[in-house]
Amino acid sequence: MCLAIPGKLVSVEDSTDPLLRTGEVDFSGIRKQISLGFVPEAKIGDYVLVHVGTAIQVINEDEATKILSYFSQLNLAEEFQENENTNKT
Amino acid sequence: MNLLAPYRDAQKVQSLAAELARISKKPAAIMEICGGQTHAILKYGLEQLLPKHIELLHGPGCPVCVTPASILDHAIWLCLRHNITLCSFGDMLRVPGQLGSLAWAKSQGGDVRIVYSPLDAVEFARQNPEKKVVFLAIGFETTAPANALAARRAKELQLQNFWLLVSHVLVPPAICALLESPECRIQGFLAAGHVCTVMGFQEYQPIAKKYKVPIVVTGFEPVDIFRGILQCIRQIEAGLAEVENAYERVVRPEGNPTAKALIEEVFEVCDREWRGIGILPKSGFRLRDCYAEWDASRKLPTFHQNSTNNNNLSTHCRSGEVLQGKIKPPDCPFFGKECTPENPLGATMVSSEGACAAYYTYHYKAKP
Ligand code: SF4
Repeated sequence: MCLAIPGKLVSVEDSTDPLLRTGEVDFSGIRKQISLGFVPEAKIGDYVLVHVGTAIQVINEDEATKILSYFSQLNLAEEFQENENTNKT
Repeated sequence: MNLLAPYRDAQKVQSLAAELARISKKPAAIMEICGGQTHAILKYGLEQLLPKHIELLHGPGCPVCVTPASILDHAIWLCLRHNITLCSFGDMLRVPGQLGSLAWAKSQGGDVRIVYSPLDAVEFARQNPEKKVVFLAIGFETTAPANALAARRAKELQLQNFWLLVSHVLVPPAICALLESPECRIQGFLAAGHVCTVMGFQEYQPIAKKYKVPIVVTGFEPVDIFRGILQCIRQIEAGLAEVENAYERVVRPEGNPTAKALIEEVFEVCDREWRGIGILPKSGFRLRDCYAEWDASRKLPTFHQNSTNNNNLSTHCRSGEVLQGKIKPPDCPFFGKECTPENPLGATMVSSEGACAAYYTYHYKAKP
């Protein structure tokens, strides 16, 4: 139950109480109404990390792609690039 | 954009494993705190990719496993004797207390309902004012924001028919308790990424310093876990003991300030009993006085156990040692024999995040 999974924010319903803001999050095709009270900065199109119906963080996509540079540090950038290309297809 | 695929890439894991084999010279024992990580390690067979002299110890970070039997018994008793609708996360249902499990209570006619989110329980209470509703609020820091939000919502709505039965636990005091044990052989920790998503990792700094142990904040995908192990081993090899973040895409040093502010408003730190481990000082959350109206342990009848039996359903269950990384599940004589997910003797075999269930599910055979 400690699982937290990333999903894409597709719509937002504002509320007078910022803690009660909600939105619809798409988890690879399954959509759920999620509490956005703890991610006031989240906007449509962002990926959020969701745990028991509540978004607990906005995923930093820059950091997510930084893993590329991490692998180049290991001198394996080429190999990684190949994988990236196969992943995209 | 598929956010997870790059982190499940087998070749990247292989590259990290190769790097690990290159830099790792001496034996090391590392503990992953979180049951979610234990589960991923076994699911993806990551241990097989480690150099032989690196051992992974599985930690106490499965909230379902450490919730004491007494809390379950209280919930069951409220449900069956006091006509309470008991709302819970689904994975608590089969966990045995001494009276039975919530699933058993349901079979006895108790009104037990599974909710996806704590707010769903509040909404259920609001829509059903004739029912008395209790939400079993368990979890680590990861779950505290959602549970705090439920408490706040109940207060806002001034609900008279909703209470939280709180059994919240905290990671840093558990780490300290493990490190204080004279038999402790943990040389590094993979800190639970989602706990740190909420709380940040500043409170780990003094622990790393005091106990001279590296702590690396780690995610849950194979590449994340291998990165965490690699960074931890690098520190061990270099004789360092720092806190590092290997899960930058979601963990900020300060955590989530909005969530932390609400946790602070709703909860205060208290001593807490951990199943199989015992009472750890200042290791949990309870509701603050300003939320007493919605606290099941203060406002509803208290359940007094008449037996002082220990916390495991079977007195032979060794889940306490499993949860502290002292033994591996297959070392338990009941593993895979008397104890299976269908017939669990302890909570670590019930919960999908429990180490015993993870070993069983991923085809680890019982010792001959
Ligand atoms: S295998 Fe069963 S009896 Fe043994 S420690 Fe695990 S849960 Fe307890």
